[in-house]
Order: sequence, then C-alpha cells, then structure tokens
Amino acid sequence: MIKPLVSLALSAAATLFSAVAADAVELKAAVFRVDYRTQAPISRFDERPADFAFAGAQLATQDNATTGQFLGHTFELATVATDVDGIAATLAGLRADGVNIIVVNARADEVLKVADAAPDTLVFNAGASQTRLRQAECRANLLHTTPSDAMRADAVAQFSSWKKWSRWFLVHGSNPADRQLADEYRRAATKFGLKIVEEREILDTGGSRRADTGHVQVQRQIPVLLQDAKRHDMVVAADASDVFAPYLPFHLWDPRPVLGSGGLRPVSFNPATESWGGTQFQSRFEKLAGRYVTEADYDAWVALRAVGEAVVRTGSADVQTLRRFMLSDEFELAAFKGQPVTFRNWNGQLRQPVLLYDGRINASVSPQEGFLHQFSLLDSLGMDAPETKCTAFEGDN
Amino acid sequence: MRVVTTVLSMFLATGAYADRIFVSNERSNTVTVIDGATWEVIDEFDAGLRPRGITVSPDNTKLYVCASDDNLVRVFDTRTFEELHTLPSGPDPELFVLEPNGRRLYIANEDDNLVTVVDTETHEVLAEVPVGVEPEGMAISPNSAFVVNTSETTNMAHFIDTETNTIKFNMLVDQRPRYAEYTSDGKRLFVTAEIGGTVSVFDIAEDGAPTEVGKIRFEVPGVQPEWLQPVGAKVTSDGQLLFVALGPSNRVAVVDAQTLEVKKYILVGERVWQLAFTPGEKYLLTTNGNTNDITVIDVEDQEAIRSIQVGEQPWGVIVAAGIK
Repeated sequence: MIKPLVSLALSAAATLFSAVAADAVELKAAVFRVDYRTQAPISRFDERPADFAFAGAQLATQDNATTGQFLGHTFELATVATDVDGIAATLAGLRADGVNIIVVNARADEVLKVADAAPDTLVFNAGASQTRLRQAECRANLLHTTPSDAMRADAVAQFSSWKKWSRWFLVHGSNPADRQLADEYRRAATKFGLKIVEEREILDTGGSRRADTGHVQVQRQIPVLLQDAKRHDMVVAADASDVFAPYLPFHLWDPRPVLGSGGLRPVSFNPATESWGGTQFQSRFEKLAGRYVTEADYDAWVALRAVGEAVVRTGSADVQTLRRFMLSDEFELAAFKGQPVTFRNWNGQLRQPVLLYDGRINASVSPQEGFLHQFSLLDSLGMDAPETKCTAFEGDN
Repeated sequence: MRVVTTVLSMFLATGAYADRIFVSNERSNTVTVIDGATWEVIDEFDAGLRPRGITVSPDNTKLYVCASDDNLVRVFDTRTFEELHTLPSGPDPELFVLEPNGRRLYIANEDDNLVTVVDTETHEVLAEVPVGVEPEGMAISPNSAFVVNTSETTNMAHFIDTETNTIKFNMLVDQRPRYAEYTSDGKRLFVTAEIGGTVSVFDIAEDGAPTEVGKIRFEVPGVQPEWLQPVGAKVTSDGQLLFVALGPSNRVAVVDAQTLEVKKYILVGERVWQLAFTPGEKYLLTTNGNTNDITVIDVEDQEAIRSIQVGEQPWGVIVAAGIK
C-alpha cells in the first residue's frame, strides 16, 4: 500500500505543476520569539511550552505548502528564540538567510526594535497587544494579527452593554502595564456609554503565587480589599502582570461576574473553539504539536496564512506586493471565526472577532448583535479610522 | 420502540412503496428516518460516531453514512435499517460522492488532506489522492470522468481524473469552499464558498476542463452580510434552478442557474446546512443544524411548507425512492 501511495503523490504533484500556469515562488519566513525572565504564571495552564508560537507558524507553513504544491510555490520557515540582548545578532542571521517575512512574538518595545531594524521586511506582531503599536507608534512594515487591548476592551464593553451590566467596578494592578490596561477599559466604558462607579488598585507586592497556603491567603485577603464598593453590576480586572485577576472570581465581597484579565477573558483564540470549522484546526494543530493551541500560536498561524493567501492570489513573494495586497479590499482569509478576517489599511491591525472565553468555553463572541458600523461591524472593536493616530499608512488608503 | 415497529410492520403489510428520507444527526450519532408520503418520523437508529455525509446506492437499497469519528463508512439496509457492513474510509471522513453506477465511493478525509477511493463491492481502498488542506465538498461528473473535491483552507476545487486518480485541474475559489455540484448534463459546475460568501460558477468543456464564468453573491436586507454563508447546493435536473443553503442566515437562495441571478430567499430553520431533492424534484429538503429539524420546500411554489423535528444537529439528508 505504501509504494503506490508515494508514486501517486509524486505524479499528482507533477501533473499539477504543468496544469496550472504559475511561476515558481519561494517564500522564506521566520518566527522571531523573544524570551524574558519571568515569574511562573499564576496558573500552570499558562506555562509556555518550548514551541510556544512556533507550532502555530509551523502549521501555517504546512497548510501553505500543501496549497503551494499545486501552484509551484514553496514555503520555508525558520524558528528562532533569543533574549533581549541577542535580538540584533539573531535578526542579522535571518536576514543573511534571505528571510523577509518575520512573525514576532515579543513585548511591545522589542516588536518595534525588530520592525525598525529590518525596514525592508514585513513584520507581523503576534503577541503584543498594546494599542500604542497601532496608534502613534505604528510602523508601515508592521502588521498586527493579535487583537489590540483596545479591541479586547471594546469586546468586553460590548458584551457588558448587551447584558445591560452598565455599572463597572474597575480593579487594576499597580504596574505601568496594568494602569495602561485600565485606561483601555476607561476608554471603552466611555465609548459604549457604561459607567465606572468605583476603581481600586491592587498593589503588586511581589508576594508568593503558588505557595501551598496561597489559596488561604487569597480567600481571606481579596474580599477585604474589595469590600464596600459602590453598587456595581460587574467587575473589570485590568491585570496585565498576572498578579491577582485569576483569583477574583469566587473571592469578591459582592458576588458579581468578573471580566477582563480574569473570569471571562477577551482572546483571539483558544483550544475550546470548535465553531466555524475550528475542530479541524484544533485536530490538525494537536496532531502537529502534541498540545493545545495558545493565542500566540493562532496569532502566528493567521500571520503566515495571510501571507500564504496573498502569495497564492498574487503569484508573488515580493514583500511590497504582498503587503499591498493584504491591505487591499481584495484580501480576505478564512480563520475559523465565522467571517473573513482582513487588515485595517490605516494601521495594519487584523480585523477579527474577539472571543470571550471562560477557560472552558466561549461564552460569547464580540462584536455583539445590535451594534452598528457604516463599514464593518468588526470596526466597532478597537481604533477605527477616524480615531487613528497612525500616520505610517497614509499612502495605503 | 414497540410503537415504531408496529407502524413499520403496517407499512410492510400493505406492501406500499414509499420514499424514505434519511437524515444524519451529527451530535446525537443517529440517523432519523422519515416517511416521504406522510412526513412522519418512523425511526431513529444508531449510525456510529458523528455521522455527517449520507447517500444511497443507485438501486436505493443501501444507505452510506460517513461516521466521521469512527473513521469509517457505515452501510445500512434502507428497508430494515440494519447495518450491513462498514467500508474503510481513511481518517475523519466528512463528505463523499458515489459513482452513478454505485461502484466507487470517493471520500473526503478532512484531517489528512486526502480523497480516498473505495470499491463498494470488494470493500478495498483503490487509491488515496493527495489534495489541499481540509478537503470537504465532493462531486462527480455525470459521465464519471472527474471527481471534484473542494479544500476548505487551500480554497481550491481539485478536478481528479477518475481513470488515473490524479488531479488534472485546480481552480482557485473563494474562502472556505464547502460543496460542489454539477448540472445533470455535466456542462456546468457550482462551488460554494462559506466564508467568501459566494458561489463560483464554471463551464465544463468536453474534456472536463473548467472555465470560470461567474460568481453568485447574496444580499438580504437586514441580514449581516457575513451571515450569508453558502454551504449545500442542489441544481434541478433541467439545469434551470440552483438552490443554495445559506448557513446561519437561515435561508435558502433560489438562483436562476443560467443567468446566475438570485430570484428569492426562502426562510427555513437555523443554520441550514445540506439539501436533497425528493424523487421527481417535487420537494427540496434542508437540514437545519441549530433547530434540530428539516424544512420541506415545495420546489414549484418555492415555499417552505413544513418542518420536521429530527435528532441533534442534523447535517446531511438523502432520499431513498420506492422502498417496499
């Protein structure tokens, strides 16, 4: 059985090259991951596997290659991980190998560092959600497949508006990233006419996380910190530092739903999604990686599938041709979210639904029914064209 | 169960010939059987894990069901509903198409980027044809010369030469192609694209070569465009009317298959998925995955006339004609 199969595969490929009139196209891409020294996450489920973000890119490359075999297109992928000090040298190595599509999984500052050091490449941000990368600090060669914090906060706000949970108790951390995230929720509340009735900061004292008696302390301390708040319908957690948000559900003084960094979280993807053909994506990913998918894997997958789709439709591997096509109205990609995903041509952000995930299932998906937008309902999430502070894309729209 | 048996034996006793409608229920792992004359549900039997694609043999005696999570095709007697045997299918069979003479079954293996060709008499796998990512839609030309497979992530229709079991033509279509359907004269092919929201239309030359001649788009006032997701499709044997199931918009579009103009949208149950005609094309049946029912559409009047409750998440539907 094996021998005939092999010959079949070969002859199929051979026929295909002749049947479709296409020039050979070779595309070299890389996943560029920056690893940081961090504390262990609060939950073991959030520990990073060794192939974090890589596996998603590998699946996309397989998918692209399967399609490419019918058209004479080949796709190569390099995966590199470095610490902050090694960024320049690692990037130089990739450039020397002819890589000109780079998917970055890093924090905001390092994403910019890579994009700025390689201005003639096309860089995809598959990990940093800070809205500033899509606003004043945007770059013409930087597209974003991970949803911005603005999109995520709007996704939560729309859902709470749909639920008529209009009084928010905002609980945020004390680190700069937490305060920035709290700003996103303040902006989203204003945008959707919701009221923040009370705010509190939880100080990051660098305490123990998973100590044996941790839950005892948590159970005693969290309610005390959050007692006597003004009447509210829900709690919004802004905890970019992963210090307290997962503890909020079940430990509040007033029993209320928690959304944001804890409870119901706005995410790009998760291993539970099976709608819109998601089951097939999950089984292909799990077969390849031997583990569940993470947001970073999905964000990297979307980036390289977008590139693959642009290569197939344009028959080109030229970075500028691909970029132009991806930002055009002709581009669309099926990405297991029930509607095509596309790129915003004012800041390079991927237009996409945001899943509201409780850790086991999607409780909802934003944008919510009933909100309106003159162009695309998806643009009710995040920074819309009139609000943009990004000028690097002015030639693209 | 006893009641069901009694009803069944009454039918057998009268010796009437009846059409039997078979519906695969993806989530309840069963097939629902409906009497084509009375529209009564007469049985629901176990059909293996995650039954999806469903078809009958040309002589109407055998029912084939893709049991996706069993990784095989189950074959049932259309009269007794007993399982006769299984067929190898390759992993995760989703949808298949049977050769008009009933001999070869072409199965899309969603997880393995393959189309598996199975001999229904010897039960042997004859070939495995590598195709694009997530193969799904399957159609066969009326002269059996070509099998068309659509791959959902590759976004192509692959034309497989059935003599050599190799791909002869590849045509790009829009995002997430779901289903392919030839006209009965074999001169036209329709390919639905769920996420692209379109149906690509190809004219087919004598030698089977496709040329894209148009694209059908859909628009319903008050319905978000992204909900108009073309999935199943059926064309009348005179080649005049194309019916397209539009998924979560809960509508079936009626399209002039010549001019490609959408003439009407018929409201049906929720998440309308696959379609089948009753014999003589008097009625069109739709599976509605979220309302767990099927809708019966009068083809001539282009009206939905009734709905029938079936199992959980009905996926596919097929009619076996004149069962004694």
